[in-house]
Order: sequence, then C-alpha cells, then structure tokens
Amino acid sequence: MDTQPVLAPAIDASASVMCQLLSPEGDPLGAALYLPQNVGPPQLQEIVNQLLHNEEKLPYAFYVGDEELSIQLGAYMRQKNANVEVTLRIVCQPQALFRIRPVNRCSATIAGHTEAVIAVSFSPDGKSLASGSGDTTVRFWDLSTQTPLFTCKGHKNWVLCIAWSPDGKQLVSGSKSGELILWDPKTGNQLGTPLMGHRKWITAVSWEPVHLQSPCFRFVSASKDGDARIWDVTTRKCVISLTGHTSSVTCVKWGGDGLIYTGSQDCLIKVWETSQGKLVKTLKGHGHWVNSLALSTEYVLRTGAYDHTGKTFSTAEEMKEAALARYKKMRGNAPERLVSGSDDFTMFLWEPTISKQPKARMTGHQKLVNHVYFSPDGQWLASASFDKSVKLWNGITGKFVAAFRGHVADVYQISWSADSRLLLSGSKDSTLKIWDIRTRKLKMDLPGHADEVYTVDWSPDGEKVASGGKDRVLKLWMN
Amino acid sequence: MPQGDHIELHQKRHGKRLDHEERKRKREAREVHRRSKDARNLLGAKGKRFAQKCYAEKAQMKKTLKMHDESTKRQKVDDDVQEGALPPYLLDRDQTQRAKVLSNTIKQKRKEKAGKWDVPLPKVRPVAEEEMFKVLRTGKRKTKQWKRMVTKATFVGAGFTRKPPKYERFIRPTGLRFTKAHVTHPELKCTFNLDIISVKKNPNGPMYTSLGVMTRGTIIEVNVSELGLVTPAGKVVWGKYAQVTNNPENDGCINAVLLV
Repeated sequence: MDTQPVLAPAIDASASVMCQLLSPEGDPLGAALYLPQNVGPPQLQEIVNQLLHNEEKLPYAFYVGDEELSIQLGAYMRQKNANVEVTLRIVCQPQALFRIRPVNRCSATIAGHTEAVIAVSFSPDGKSLASGSGDTTVRFWDLSTQTPLFTCKGHKNWVLCIAWSPDGKQLVSGSKSGELILWDPKTGNQLGTPLMGHRKWITAVSWEPVHLQSPCFRFVSASKDGDARIWDVTTRKCVISLTGHTSSVTCVKWGGDGLIYTGSQDCLIKVWETSQGKLVKTLKGHGHWVNSLALSTEYVLRTGAYDHTGKTFSTAEEMKEAALARYKKMRGNAPERLVSGSDDFTMFLWEPTISKQPKARMTGHQKLVNHVYFSPDGQWLASASFDKSVKLWNGITGKFVAAFRGHVADVYQISWSADSRLLLSGSKDSTLKIWDIRTRKLKMDLPGHADEVYTVDWSPDGEKVASGGKDRVLKLWMN
Repeated sequence: MPQGDHIELHQKRHGKRLDHEERKRKREAREVHRRSKDARNLLGAKGKRFAQKCYAEKAQMKKTLKMHDESTKRQKVDDDVQEGALPPYLLDRDQTQRAKVLSNTIKQKRKEKAGKWDVPLPKVRPVAEEEMFKVLRTGKRKTKQWKRMVTKATFVGAGFTRKPPKYERFIRPTGLRFTKAHVTHPELKCTFNLDIISVKKNPNGPMYTSLGVMTRGTIIEVNVSELGLVTPAGKVVWGKYAQVTNNPENDGCINAVLLV
C-alpha cells in the first residue's frame, strides 16, 4: 500500500570510511585508518608506500573482496551500498615497476626446421633464443637480425625438451631416444658426449637454481620410464636416480629451497631432497595423470639473477648473490606454493613444506588441464585446458577469478609477461591470444600460424614472443 | 657310340697319360693368362659378351664377400626417426586428426585462380519438371492446374512463413523439409551432423535454387563451427559448402561431402 520510494542512505561528503590495509598474504599493514571519501587508488598508493617505508614509489593495485578498487572510496561505497560501520578490508598487491607492451605483430617468420618445432625457450637474460624440433636438431636464433645462428646436430630422435641454465651459459636438450646433450650457446658446439641413462623418452628437464649453486652444474631430467635423474655436468654422470614412480614422470621442477618436485602419470606427486635423493613426501589426491606442475617462484628461478634492468654479471659469485636477493624478495615469508594440473580436470594447490594435504582444489575445467603457470609475481595462476579455455585463479588462495574464452580448440601452452599484467596462450587452432589480467579480457589476437601451435615463450625482457608449432616455422612477435 | 666319346673311351681302356696331372695343372695355371688375353683382345660382340660375363661374376663375388663380412660384425639397430613429431604432453595421447587449415587454404587459392569449383560430382542426371513437381488440381470443379507440389527434399530456413494459401504456386510439404545434413569430411573420413544454412546452387536450374530444393549434386552451405576451423588470418570458420551425394527423397536423409 505504501508506495513511498525508498530513499538511498545519504552519505555525508565529509564522512570518512574506516579501512584496514592488508598485504596479499593477509597481514595488516599498520592500524586501521579513517580515510576520507575522496581517497582513490593514487592516494592509497602513497599511503601504502609510506607505511612500508619504500624508498622508491612502487605501484600497487587494490582489491576489496576479489574486485579491483579503481574508483574513489566514496563512489565505491555508494555503488556497493556497503555498510559504513564495517571496516573495509583492502588488499594491496604490489605491481611490477615496469610495464610490458603487448606484442601485436609478427616481426619474423623464420623457417629452418624441417619438422615440427616442439620446444622454444629464451635464455634467462632474454638475449638468445633456442628451439628443439622433430627433425632432431636444436637451433639457436639471433634475435637482432632474426635469422638462424647455429644448427646443432647430435640427437638421434625428436628433441622433446630444452632448458637454459639459469646463468645462461649452457643449454640442455632431451630427446625421444632418452639421451641428453649439452650445448654451448655461444659457439653452437656440443659440450661433451651425450648423457645416456634413461631408457625411454625425456619428458622434462629442470636446472638447479643459481642461488643455490653458481655456476650451474646440476640439473634433473624426467622420463617416461618412471624415474628422474640428477646429472652433474662437470663429471658427466648421473649422480642420483630418483625412482619411485610406477608410471611415466610427466614433469619435474627444482624448487628454490633445494627440493625436487616430480609429477607422474601414476597420479602422485613426490617431493625429493637433493643431497641424497631421498623421498621426503608423497602428495596424493589426483584421480588421473598429473600433467603439469608450477611453483610460485618458478619465474625467478628460471631467470636467475637477471631482471628487467638488464644488468650483466661478471663473476659467478655476484650472480649468486643477486639471484639470492631476488629469490628472497619474491618468496617473502610465505612457503613455496606448488600447483598441479591433471587429467581429472582439476588442480590442487599445495604447500609441500608445510603439509601433505592440499591447500585448495581448483575445479571448473571441463576437460583435462594441460599446463599450469604461476605469474612472475606469484599473485596469479593460469591454467590452460583442452576445453578451449584459460582460467585465471588467485595465486595465494586458489580461488577462481576469471575464465578466458576465445580459442576454438585445445589450448596447449601459456606464458606470462614479465610484469604479470599480460598472459599469452597458444592453441591447437593455430592462434596465439594475449589476455589482459586487469580487464580480464582478450587484449590481442595473433593469428598467422598455419597449423597447431605447440610451444610459446615470452622473453624475460618483455620485448619479444617466440612461438613454434606443427607448421615447422618459428615466429617472432614484437609490438 | 656318340662322336665325342672317343677320348673317354680311350681313357677307360688304356688309362690316363702319365703326365696327365701335370699337364692339367699347368693348363689351369695358364687360364689366368688366357683370360687376361681375351679381356684385352676380344672385340665387337664377342667382347661385349665376355665383359658382361665377367661383370656378373664380379658382382656375385662381391655379394658373397659382403655376406661373410656381415656375419662377423654386429650392427646397432637405429630407431627410425618418424614423421609427425609431437611435444611430450601429446605423446601418450591418441589424438583424432582434426581438419587442417593448411590444405584448405592452398586448395582455396588454387580454386580461386582456376576460377571454377572442382566438385566431387561434376555431372548429375538432370531432373525433369514432371519428376520434380506434382500437379495439384484445385478449384470447385478441380479444373485449375496452376499449383505445384514439390516431391523432392527442400530447405526453407528458420524464418520461413508460407504465402497465403490462395496465392502460393509451389507447395513445399513439411514432411520433405530438412534442417540437418550428414556431412563427410573427405580427408578425415568422418561424418558430422551439421545444420544447413542455405541452398547455394541446384544444378537443375535457378528456379530450384530459389525454392530450396535439394537433389543429388546440389551445393548447400553448412554450419561447421563444431569442427573448430580457423583461417590463417585468425578468424573462425563457421560456414562451408558441401555437395549432396544421395537422393534425399528416397533415403529420408541428406548425405553430403564437404568441399575443402
């Protein structure tokens, strides 16, 4: 009967909002503050910088709940009809100082391989590029002239995976016949004889981080025969063999605190310690093959001491210290997080150093998850699946954030830009797509490949993207 | 007794010559010199025949030597490098092949250059009008004969509304209307049930095309979005042409082959 319109609660222009600023892990940054209504993100940034006593003004992004706060506090409260009496909890996430521009054109299509390009990888300093292919060769490419540099022959069967050492001095490649060969990127020559030992093909290779050992001389390789082996480059021998899996080991990662994580087709993830090769933990939970592992500090371990400033190091000691500083900053106080993606359409978030139980289970994909990758700052996690979508998750809690749809066939691999603002995905439908994390939308579509795209990589300096696939050409993209 | 046996007969009767063995040995020793003399001096047809015989013997000797060599050595079996290299995450998976954009674009370009469509059924039996239409007699005395009913399969489209019955000349019965076709991909050899978007061309005439009649050899446009094809420019392909390969009015379904 009463048709009086409901009046919106009048918010006084001079009233203030009670806010509590939190760090991404949930720790409060100082006490709760009364902030006036017209405070927006730039002012909040200044406050946070002062609270943390930062020397440089670092950019921050602010999140309330899971939504980004991009307008002034007053407008936000009005929009959400939030209760003024409850303290507003604002999470501050540090952003990268530098901003990477999205690539939008294919600057070069370099032919050279005579069979499908299977693996492509930039060196940790972003200055060199290597690729492995089904024609049994590993090729090095010159980025400044965009032409081939060296063709390295030596493998007997398809080159399945390549990995740069974090100091950028060596490259190891594993093949379908189970052998590993080390190459010198400066001359293109083989360093010594092939390392034999595995009985079946190599599925993944990972180097020991440079902050634990510099110069790098150890790496671990995983194979279909079910064991992972730690090799020593200087003695050219297999130092330790990590056996225990009953089925093919699909991926292996050398963690920053000296633990090795292996994921296998027997649905288990095993954690090993590296001095004697003993099994520390077995993480159970998946119902089907574990396809991919990701560590929250992975990007820092991969790039070692190099970062966006482009500084070069003269001695191994310097490199080790710089890498250690970067690693400590990245990790903070939190333990290393591990995410595993599986054929059972779900992913688990683990904190292996703390407990055997998973921290979160991430469901939502409708087909198997092929590749999972943490963003370089560890805040986000992206997963590529054969259900044609890429999903974005919160890297700390494992909560679902957004789904990126656009591909029309299985999404094979993903790669992050160095500032964690852009995500690149390569798919079976022959296109690459760049997704913007802030707007949660498609930023750039990069068609051009004639056939399936098997591998993508974004250079650590953010300038270039390299992609290779079934059409046997290597494409370099720039903006 | 045959003519040439006198040598043997004498040897049987009186025994061999006393220096027989020595003469035989020396003769065989001289064979090498004789052979070499022949090789140097034989000319013409005889020379050719001799050379051929020598070569055949040499080849045979080489084969036997190689055979003997092989059994002493042990060779490592090299695994053949197969075609179709796959990344490690696809190696254990049995993936059904999907339509390739590569073959599509090259053939498209060739077709555009040639200027004509290369269809699987270039010639079809022409369908006469009496076979296509059935005459309907209308009117109070059933003397008017201007209405026709289509006897073949048709496609009318989603928003189709009939003309007022008094004025419609061509009747397309709902029983003969189809919306889906069984389209086979010629390279993958698998068949998909795809929606028809339109009838592009009926070889029997433009009138049948406009009516939407589908007979054998008709080019139809089908919705291929479920195949997940992408052009090199990055656009998703959602419609492609296909040619009808059966007689739908006899079978009750439309079978077509995709034109790639």
